[in-house]
Amino acid sequence: MQAMLALVRNDLRLYFSSRRALLMNILAPILIAAFFGSLFDSDASKGPLRIPIAVVDQDHGEVSTRVVAGMKSDTAFDIQELDEAAATALVKKGKVRASVVIPPGFGTQVVAAILDPERKPVIGVHYDPSQSMTLAVVNGLLVQHVFEGLAQAALGGAVGDELLSAARGKLAANPDIAPERRRQLLALVDDARRARSAAREAAAGAPSGAAASAVRLQLPFATREEAVTSGADVKYNSYAHSFAGMGVQFILFMGIDLGVGLLLARRLGLWKRLRAAPLSRAALIGARMASGAIIALVLLLIIYAAAMAFFGVRIEGSIAGFGAVALAFALLTASFGLLIAALGKTPEATRGLAVFVTLLLVMLSGAWVPSFVFPEWLQTASLFVPSRWAVDGLDAMTWRGLGLEAALAPVGVMLGFAAAFAALALWRFDWEE
Amino acid sequence: MLHATDLRKRYGTRTAVAGVSFSAAPGEIVGLLGPNGAGKSTTVAMICGLVSPDAGQVTIGGVRIDGDGSAVKRRIGLVPQDLALYEDLPALANLRLFGALYGVRGAALRARCAEALELVGLADRAGDKPKNFSGGMKRRLNLACALVHDPDLLLLDEPTTGVDPQSRNAIFDNLEALRRRGKTLVYTTHYMEEAERLCDRIVIVDHGKVVASDTLPGLLRLLPAAASIALTIDDSAAGRVDLAGLGQVPGVKTAAQNGSTVTVGVETLAAAAPPVLAWFAEQGLGLRHITSGQGTLEDVFLALTGRQLRD
Repeated sequence: MQAMLALVRNDLRLYFSSRRALLMNILAPILIAAFFGSLFDSDASKGPLRIPIAVVDQDHGEVSTRVVAGMKSDTAFDIQELDEAAATALVKKGKVRASVVIPPGFGTQVVAAILDPERKPVIGVHYDPSQSMTLAVVNGLLVQHVFEGLAQAALGGAVGDELLSAARGKLAANPDIAPERRRQLLALVDDARRARSAAREAAAGAPSGAAASAVRLQLPFATREEAVTSGADVKYNSYAHSFAGMGVQFILFMGIDLGVGLLLARRLGLWKRLRAAPLSRAALIGARMASGAIIALVLLLIIYAAAMAFFGVRIEGSIAGFGAVALAFALLTASFGLLIAALGKTPEATRGLAVFVTLLLVMLSGAWVPSFVFPEWLQTASLFVPSRWAVDGLDAMTWRGLGLEAALAPVGVMLGFAAAFAALALWRFDWEE
Repeated sequence: MLHATDLRKRYGTRTAVAGVSFSAAPGEIVGLLGPNGAGKSTTVAMICGLVSPDAGQVTIGGVRIDGDGSAVKRRIGLVPQDLALYEDLPALANLRLFGALYGVRGAALRARCAEALELVGLADRAGDKPKNFSGGMKRRLNLACALVHDPDLLLLDEPTTGVDPQSRNAIFDNLEALRRRGKTLVYTTHYMEEAERLCDRIVIVDHGKVVASDTLPGLLRLLPAAASIALTIDDSAAGRVDLAGLGQVPGVKTAAQNGSTVTVGVETLAAAAPPVLAWFAEQGLGLRHITSGQGTLEDVFLALTGRQLRD
């Protein structure tokens, strides 16, 4: 036991006296997590994220003018009104996410399409394929503003008169409607036309603001948006997730160093000298596991200490759960390093392959981009990635504010992976010199 | 102290060691001499428990090594061929670690570290890191790390590789001091000069087998001639040498010719040189150059294996 402790102390001393290691495994994750955190910081007090869009109004009619005005007033958009060539050029350059082209005759066609859906006008949407996620947002908001613009025009403008006239003509000419029924419907349309005239006369005598509001039609509902965080009045801290992701990534890199270090020790003859000492294999491997886990745990705690001190990250959930997740991840990292040492041949080749595998693990864990953007099969597959559980566990204990019970699954899965990695490493480890 | 009996080891189809046996007593330096790839390092690895022999056994003080954690390993110090040091830890920290691995603690560890550093002449560099040491100093620290737990048996696997002559002499002085203290040393090398200078007994290994084992004088007695005279004659006379006649000269054991050089093996130089020179004069063979020397381990190896030691 004394010899094993000496080995652990030695590993810790070597690691924490290395400036390069500290720079790589502490400073780098903090800086990168800070960068990612600031990118995804959605604090409303800092103003909404506005999507830059170009609009081309080739109609300049009553409906299209109202649609463009509606979009300009929308806080979700940063609208530039341009001609089509300029708008397309901006999309190509990536300066705007999409351009919306309202074609000539749009107002007339959209009214006609109400009674004859076969003659719908087509609004062109040119989008940046690298920003395709915004296409759905643009389409959704376009629907809202076209309907609002059309409804306002129909209720308060000449478009309404045209629509009622067209409707009356179609009713009168339709032979399939019974005469009595046709008479009732024509009377209804005539009543509507009289009501519009009366409203216009009343609005003419009223102040201009009142006139405008009298004919304004908006969505018949509003939404109350509330971020579901750890508790009431607790804001989402985007740094919490980015520190989880980057912490996991760089600590796994440390795990690679651990494994490659063992391969280097073997190459340099140090491993042979250690093996010549009266130490059991369990003590030798156990010391490596213990020192690796301690280093990983200390690194994670330092990274989170920085996150809490400088970026307002808090353990909103169970502190015991956070500790359990951190410990399980530390053991996972140590066993991962051991597996690398067992499977690797040369330090150089092993490092390259291990970095590639680690980056894959981290990517699939949702540390770089949220896992919901993955295809469904990939989201399912990522459940078999241990780093996914590490990130989820840390998220659960920090910004999600969940209790100890939410830590049990991540801890269990990570310990399972750690045991499997360690068993595989011991099975494959080459003890012959 | 050390008994290695019929050690055998194969790696796949390659036989590394094919039945090596030898022993070493306290206060004795036994040399394992052989060319690279002869099986010396594998033999050492089996002695210190790094490699399990396919057959044969090793006992240290009558006790077999039983597993990696075997207590008898405390009696062994290994100086590996590689510089097995933590380059980023001070020399003293290296010693403390290796001492602790062998169960030395507290005041005893401090005293042992100081003594080992003193022995190898690095006491004033205890706080410096090996990465700032010269090659020779690293070799000496490598030796100190194997000595820090005061082993009875020291296994040295080519410990002077890449060392300058001054450091080599310093290491030899250290090893001779250890011999005087009654330690048992097994020294593997492919430098015959080292074996000749240091070793009380020499085990010559080739192709994984012991081809001879004796003291240096004993090995030299295996040679057909204890000394030799090399005579270079005029090229024009090269075809006129009567080797059979030369072999009849008193004191001459062997005679061989390679171009214009005739090598004569003799029992003793002082007795044989005058009649040999007289014979060349009688034959009218003009001499351009003469050298003479005692037999060496190189000659022994050549005689036993038909190969040069450094082939």
